[in-house]
Amino acid sequence: MLPILQLGPLALQVPGLVLLAGLWFGLSLVERAGLRRQLPADALNGLVLAMLVTGLLGARLAYVVRFASVYWQDPLGIIALNFSTLALPEGVLLGLAAGLVYGQRRGLPLWPTLDALAPGLACLGVALGLSHLASGDAFGAPTDLPWALDLWGARRHPSQLYEIVAASGILFASWRMQAGQRPAGTTFLATVALMALARLLLEAIRGDSLIVLGTLRQAQLVSLLALQLALAGLFLRERNAARRLISTDQVGSDPESPT
Amino acid sequence: MQSSGTTLNRLMAGPQRWLVTMAVALVLGASWIWQSAVPASAVSGGLIPSPRQGFLAPDLVLPDLEGGTIDLSELRGQVVIVNFWASWCPPCRAEMPALERTQEAHAGDGLVVLAVNATNQDSLPAVISFIEEMGLTLPIALDQSGEVGRRYQVRALPTTFFIDRQGVIQEVIVGGPVSESTLLSTVQSLLGEGS
Repeated sequence: MLPILQLGPLALQVPGLVLLAGLWFGLSLVERAGLRRQLPADALNGLVLAMLVTGLLGARLAYVVRFASVYWQDPLGIIALNFSTLALPEGVLLGLAAGLVYGQRRGLPLWPTLDALAPGLACLGVALGLSHLASGDAFGAPTDLPWALDLWGARRHPSQLYEIVAASGILFASWRMQAGQRPAGTTFLATVALMALARLLLEAIRGDSLIVLGTLRQAQLVSLLALQLALAGLFLRERNAARRLISTDQVGSDPESPT
Repeated sequence: MQSSGTTLNRLMAGPQRWLVTMAVALVLGASWIWQSAVPASAVSGGLIPSPRQGFLAPDLVLPDLEGGTIDLSELRGQVVIVNFWASWCPPCRAEMPALERTQEAHAGDGLVVLAVNATNQDSLPAVISFIEEMGLTLPIALDQSGEVGRRYQVRALPTTFFIDRQGVIQEVIVGGPVSESTLLSTVQSLLGEGS
């Protein structure tokens, strides 16, 4: 674990740096995937930027609203950013909304754009695993396995390494899927399904799960729901593509249809 | 046999295969969730002392400036901010007035702000001079050997730990200066949880 890299008077937060590097590399993958679909690189970059900036500002403002009385007394405190003072769920929702608005304004087609974003999402998954390895977050449950890590007062599953391996596999699969001829949206939905499946499986050996309904791990319930939605999406995308193909064939085989 | 094979082939061809996958994933996924269910106490680090969020705050017994002793375990039942600092560290100096005001604002609600000076990297006269200059009244503990700093894995100054009434670390902020509003909002959350 290397949460802080001390360079003279500078204390660099390694997990944050790893995430930034992941974002940069992910954006370059998104640009390349966008080129295959004739999507303009500047629009894709702008889309990601709009989502990130709106998400960050939204998360901060939502937190400020939650503690309005404190920030009313100290308005300058609003710009003193700290990761612990962000309302993440609200930030994610606002970031997604900003992405939808920006995409519509720039005329980006929804499903091909999501397909182009898929390898970037998978790349962020790898970076997140690496940042967890650096910080010691997302740690595993205690175990006697020979490859266990000494961490936070116990021998534990190296859950961060499992996470990196799974995310790397998903990134590889997502990138390979860019090459094939598939209905628009399936690369994105398959990537989401694989990420949800990985979380569903790996959460079982985590030592920091949030428990709900007595004994169930919240992340597994959310992952199973995400997996089902992604699979339902794959069904609908393929069914619609098949219907369009059939109707095109019928029009093509009809001698009276206009050409 | 041929009929069942044909049915399976039909199900696994085309878009229908995703419906089959959904059903299989639902059954297997629900079974996996059920298999990996555990009570909350099994995944909480709350009983293991370790200097990170979700774990019990490690022991901290240190002398103070008046010749007494400060023992963190005696503060159980109160929300505690443990701030590691040194007088030569500019962000530590910058955030100290905010820590003092936070202590003043919430002392009656069950908050203790404990300023642990990294005395092994500082000098006692400089510490005393700084306290007098700032007019600090919050308790100052002296980590003369640096042992407590090592136990809390302090890699940069300042580092601030927010500990709840059960003695569990709920937040760690490395670096600073931490703004007064961040201190107050975090403290209000912790005071609200236990009340």
